[in-house]
Amino acid sequence: MDDIVVECRELTRRYGDFVAVDSLNLTVRKGEIFGLLGPNGAGKTTTILMLLGLTEPTSGSVRVLGLDPTRQPLSIKARVGYLPDQVGFYDGLTARENLIYIAKLNGIRGREMQERIRESLEQVGLSDVADRQVRTFSRGMRQRLGVAEVLLKRPQLIVMDEPTLALDPEAVREFLELIRRLKSDGITIMLSSHLLHQVQAVCDRVGLFYKGRMVLEGTVRDLAQRVLGGAYRIHLEAEGGPAVEDALHRLPDVTYVARDGAQTYHIEARSDLRADVARCVIEAGGKVLALSADIPRLDEIYARYFQKKEVAYAVAA
Amino acid sequence: MLSQPERVPIGRQREGSPWTGLWAVVAKEMADHLTSVRMLILEVLIVLTASGTVYAATQSLRAGAGGSFLFLNLFITAREPLPAFVGFLGLLVPLIGIALAFDAINGEFNQRTISKILAQPIYRDALLFGKFLAGLGALALTLSAIWLLIIGLGLLQLGVPPDGEEVVRILWFLLVTIFYGGIWLALAMLFSIVFRQPATAALASIAVWLFFTAFWGIIAGLLAQLLRPAPPGDALALIEQVQLELALARISPNTLYAEVALATLNPAVRALGLILPIQLHGAVPGSPLPAAQSLLLTWPHATGLIAATILLFALGYVLFQRQEIRA
Repeated sequence: MDDIVVECRELTRRYGDFVAVDSLNLTVRKGEIFGLLGPNGAGKTTTILMLLGLTEPTSGSVRVLGLDPTRQPLSIKARVGYLPDQVGFYDGLTARENLIYIAKLNGIRGREMQERIRESLEQVGLSDVADRQVRTFSRGMRQRLGVAEVLLKRPQLIVMDEPTLALDPEAVREFLELIRRLKSDGITIMLSSHLLHQVQAVCDRVGLFYKGRMVLEGTVRDLAQRVLGGAYRIHLEAEGGPAVEDALHRLPDVTYVARDGAQTYHIEARSDLRADVARCVIEAGGKVLALSADIPRLDEIYARYFQKKEVAYAVAA
Repeated sequence: MLSQPERVPIGRQREGSPWTGLWAVVAKEMADHLTSVRMLILEVLIVLTASGTVYAATQSLRAGAGGSFLFLNLFITAREPLPAFVGFLGLLVPLIGIALAFDAINGEFNQRTISKILAQPIYRDALLFGKFLAGLGALALTLSAIWLLIIGLGLLQLGVPPDGEEVVRILWFLLVTIFYGGIWLALAMLFSIVFRQPATAALASIAVWLFFTAFWGIIAGLLAQLLRPAPPGDALALIEQVQLELALARISPNTLYAEVALATLNPAVRALGLILPIQLHGAVPGSPLPAAQSLLLTWPHATGLIAATILLFALGYVLFQRQEIRA
């Protein structure tokens, strides 16, 4: 059980009548990248603030690295790096001066401090601009400086709130690359986002938040299996008409076939059936024009999940 | 927002010291103050007033005005058209106090640095107290420099050194001035917690200052007349009324400070407030009080100023501890 980094049990936070986080159960293990996903106001930031002891839970328990955030906040904050949503800096100071302040707040001083600052600037690729005022930095640079501040304390866990928001596509790509590097250094990472397709690429596991509850949790593939009913989506273009369609329906493990136009089919299956599909088309006397597998997209999982939900609500009402 | 009492088992304190990281905050804030343009403008302003008024005072003193206590007279001698330096202090010190703190906390929110700073291994206590100490330190540094400047100017212009009596009085006045500034510093910091906009916090602080400077005296007079009406000819009722008015007026830090300035810098002042002729029986009019007696006379005032500073800070502290951090 030593490798559990974050553990929430029935964690709840209310603001008056409004329930920001509702009975959250969550476990994150060492070395994972966990994504807290969901629309704005779904409770992601509140959850993060409770992990760091910046907001007190109304009920339930949290353990971060085995520590209690409300009673041992200093030990947690010394080990956990937090990159807030659109992190701010003291604009009149240089990047290095900003880092020095953070280092001193962490009780890191002297030669050790200089060494760590050099190291973290290097890791995020800002060594060249270390002595420039932060006000001259682009958003992407500010975001990387934020990561440098987090790396200063050599954290075991990094929590990032909407880290890719407001970055241009190139900066996002660089940023996700940086996250992968951190993971390979053995750091556990939790990140929240509502930009699902961006974080899908880096997250080992995700939790989907909706109105304060974590409604779905698992790997992207798991979720696709559960929500879409088939993890594998196959895109087929084939000549052959209804005979082909019937044959496709009869394939084992196929859960869903839809014809779109004369020749295009969307197939969902429980496993990778591309070879079987090709054989089946040929045996039915058709001709394969194109065949490819789609990786399920989180956006789609999310949209489909809430479609179902809303239908369920409508029926219940 | 309310904490849940049943969730806090007795005997389980939060770990570590609330002062962890305090000096890092103080050093950073102090450096910010001392290099800021805002502070530079205030320093230029106060140096100009100090040198102007004190130079004018030395001219008067050299011309033979004033008697003993030449150095104290530097502070309180006015020469047309300038008022005395203490008059300016009553105005400038609140301004410095407010300028140092009106964006202390809301500035961190607006720069989006607050959540990052509080995610470091420090408590909120250290951030707030560090900012307050840094403000008080910057204020003390500026005022001490001005005081030394005045004494230096006095030495050059008057050609005599201050005696021990004067040094004690000048230092006491410096201390009281710092805490007079401390009140406005704590007030501005309180408003910087309450209001999200620094401009609102600054305006609110200035409004309070203006209220006490311009209106409180009038209101105190009116209140006293209302609460203790004195029919014509009733001397006792009149005394009661005047005493009530004085008590009310002393709620204002400006009144307290003005009285301290008067009693500390003018040794001939033997009492503050209403004195009946019978109480002066046996006194030699115009003879100076020893420094210790003047200190004793202004002790309650100084205590009041320090207490008000602490109270305002404590109020801000409570509000800040309960504030939600999400921007």
